[in-house]
Amino acid sequence: MEQDHILEMRHITKEFPGVKALNDVNFKVKRGEIHCLVGENGAGKSTLMKVLSGVWKYGTYTGDIVYDGEVRKFTGIADSEKAGIAIIYQELALFPELPIYENIFFGHEILKGKQIDWNETVVQAKEVLKKVRLNVDPSMKLERLNTGNRQLVEIAKALSKKCRLIIFDEPTSSLNEDDSENLLNLMRELKESGVTCIMISHKLREVTAIADTITVLRDGSTICSLDAKTDDISEANIIKHMVGRTITDIYPKRPGSAPGDIMLSVKDLSVENTATGHKSLRKVSMNVRRGEIVGIQGLMGAGRSTLARTIFGHTDGHRITGGEITMDGKKAMFASPQDAIDHGLAYVSEDRKGNGLILMQDIKSNITFANLKALAEGLSINDAKEVQEAERYKEDLNIKAPSVEQKTESLSGGNQQKVQIAKWLFTEPKVLILDEPTRGIDVGAKYEIYTIMNRLVEQGMSIIMISSELPEVLGMSDRIYVMSEGSITGELSAKEATEEKIMKMAVNA
Amino acid sequence: MSENKKVIGEIKELLTHNAKSYMMYAALLVIMIVFQIWTGGLFFTAGNISNLFNQAAYVAVLAIGMTLILILKHIDLSVGYVAGLSGAVAAILMEKAGVNVWLAILIVLAMGLVIGFIQGSIVTKIGVPAFVTTLAGMFIFRGLLTRSLSGTGTIVIDDPAYKALCQGFIPDIPGNTSGIHIVTMIIGVLLVAAIVAGQVKARNNKIKYGFQVTSFPVFVMGMAAVSVVILIVCWMLACYRGIPVSAVIVGVILAAYSFMLSKTRLGRYIYGIGGNEQAAELSGVDVKKVTLFAFVSMSVLAAVAGILYSSRLSSATPTAGNAFEMDAIASSYIGGTAVSGGVGKVTNAIVGTFVIMSLTNGMNLMGIDISYQYIVKGIIFIIAVAFDIRSRKIMNN
Repeated sequence: MEQDHILEMRHITKEFPGVKALNDVNFKVKRGEIHCLVGENGAGKSTLMKVLSGVWKYGTYTGDIVYDGEVRKFTGIADSEKAGIAIIYQELALFPELPIYENIFFGHEILKGKQIDWNETVVQAKEVLKKVRLNVDPSMKLERLNTGNRQLVEIAKALSKKCRLIIFDEPTSSLNEDDSENLLNLMRELKESGVTCIMISHKLREVTAIADTITVLRDGSTICSLDAKTDDISEANIIKHMVGRTITDIYPKRPGSAPGDIMLSVKDLSVENTATGHKSLRKVSMNVRRGEIVGIQGLMGAGRSTLARTIFGHTDGHRITGGEITMDGKKAMFASPQDAIDHGLAYVSEDRKGNGLILMQDIKSNITFANLKALAEGLSINDAKEVQEAERYKEDLNIKAPSVEQKTESLSGGNQQKVQIAKWLFTEPKVLILDEPTRGIDVGAKYEIYTIMNRLVEQGMSIIMISSELPEVLGMSDRIYVMSEGSITGELSAKEATEEKIMKMAVNA
Repeated sequence: MSENKKVIGEIKELLTHNAKSYMMYAALLVIMIVFQIWTGGLFFTAGNISNLFNQAAYVAVLAIGMTLILILKHIDLSVGYVAGLSGAVAAILMEKAGVNVWLAILIVLAMGLVIGFIQGSIVTKIGVPAFVTTLAGMFIFRGLLTRSLSGTGTIVIDDPAYKALCQGFIPDIPGNTSGIHIVTMIIGVLLVAAIVAGQVKARNNKIKYGFQVTSFPVFVMGMAAVSVVILIVCWMLACYRGIPVSAVIVGVILAAYSFMLSKTRLGRYIYGIGGNEQAAELSGVDVKKVTLFAFVSMSVLAAVAGILYSSRLSSATPTAGNAFEMDAIASSYIGGTAVSGGVGKVTNAIVGTFVIMSLTNGMNLMGIDISYQYIVKGIIFIIAVAFDIRSRKIMNN
């Protein structure tokens, strides 16, 4: 008998400037199953779901979406919702200030004539809340619920719209074990009642426990679809498909020299979010030596950037609850980025457009911004010297632009990244923290950045590189720490590290 | 022939690329010429130009401070009544308490500093948005102004030194009977020399580092135009009573702030915070401290504006300060300060001030009712900002 597919995505290709996020992806979902979508960060999972839900409108991608036997051309979320597809996001799209029933029916209010029928709203809200087994008063403000229960409200909202296909994007990433277990049970119940579920997840244990089918994406392509009944869906096999790639020589070699003394050391560092009390870092210990590149790997939300920013004195809504950081043998609990910079620490942010560069300003102003002191002559800044220094870095790092007076917003991603690195090299750091140094830049520029990194460590600098890209971590690091849920779950030397070993430590849920 | 064509082509390109800033000067020129015609030649007289300087001085000072605040993506609505209150306090100190004029001015400036510190602290430390904080300030200082003059009503100021600040002229060489104010002409020539020397140095520097510069003939024409304008204005003033003291005060403040914004670390930090606050913070900039500085500077300048305003009127009145912030904010925006922050120049804000105040001055000369004046100013303001946003978008595409 022909299998009944509720959804078929055929030959989906989605390009962003410079990158092919999805390359001829085929994705089939059977009616009434739980289908898990797995892959590394940046494999294209979220992009695929955005295409499906109409966030990327029809026309911005190529290929066909066949849903319920019909080719669909969604022009927005509202459109796909009408067809019965709902997406439950990692960051919940709810209003904390509004009561639960209003949250459930926001955007598809129950009307009596032109007015909202609040009585009927509450009655129906109670019904859908029963379906998700959330036993609360629907007139309560949403903010009084915890994250797990808010997620249930979001699912109730999807059910209230009579959605037949619900997409869960990392649903358990911020839940504790009990809430996670609850949610998985609810998904099973939804399946019983005929709702089809797609779950994106990094937690392979949950995936293997719940999935009927598992599709693996890698580098924007479908690698395989595994049937839970007939195929091998062991974690090891899934990981193999997720990474299954050989490292080619896109990583420049550097003469292996023995690393020097310990430059920066973190001991039992614990940090919690002051607003939510969430423990972002749990007793993290690590160190980096002179002339060494240390890689920090982990999946999204493992606490890598929080670790980097805490070291850099930028706690940003977090509080240190324990532990110690030392640099060059001296205590180094920096109170502010300025303090950290003064002591020879530099942090190249992962979000160069959001909080790295000042895009409306030119290359030279960006390069000198973190160390204008070096250009000061009495009260004023020596403009000529500024141009000289900027020119030097432009040449050194091969920043491609007609002049250092070019605005950074008009540069390519790779050149923007080089400006960011130049900016921090200008502060003459001893320890350089690179957060996702090659995110969103092309292969050629990546190679250049790796070459720069090698040159820097040869000169005795210490580099901490945070990266989601496994091959990059393996190709560049002398040593690798793996993080998961705020803890270091393993330390590997470059020799013993393999993609499988790292992945196992990273998904250690 | 071909040489000529090249120059004309370059000027055309210059005009299209810098349409925004030239537009402002062109608008000012058009406004002035139109008024010159409509008033039957009353606008461009030495007396009226002196008067325009005195009228515009307090708005110019406010616009300088406001530009910093707007670059940082904040706003200060309280400046009008801080200025009004400052004038009143100065008048009370001098006329009622018999305090020496210079001491009175010092006390008023100190009061501005304290006000700025309090408002700035509320914005940066507690995190109340500047719009709300300074709106509250607007209420409070308006109340204080009315309160302080409630017993006396308008206070007339007699002190000659105080009155000279915004009514007087700079002194000339003793014994000069030529009818031409010599010091004014000397200042004019020195100003031209300084500007030309500065521009030549900057251009040579750019050539040295291989940056693109305008060709020599175009550069000379530009310099000549600027020099001629300055010398004509100075000549007109010299034939009358010389440069107004208020113009010197504004000039000194303008030079200091212009230097600060373009040449010092503090200036870079201000543009940096306005451009990307998080990036600035991660680059080690103390965002709160810099923001606090901008608020303190704003309130001190508001005190200066209040002194200039009361000096020009020789009195402190309970209505002084009403809607000053409107003129100041409009000046800064007309002068090209970006509505989204991060971009703005104090010199251009002053040009904006002259646009607004020429409108006021010209319409006053024509005897146009104040109600129409507001409407006209509003229309010019929105056109200027719409044009600015439009040309920014075109430049980015």
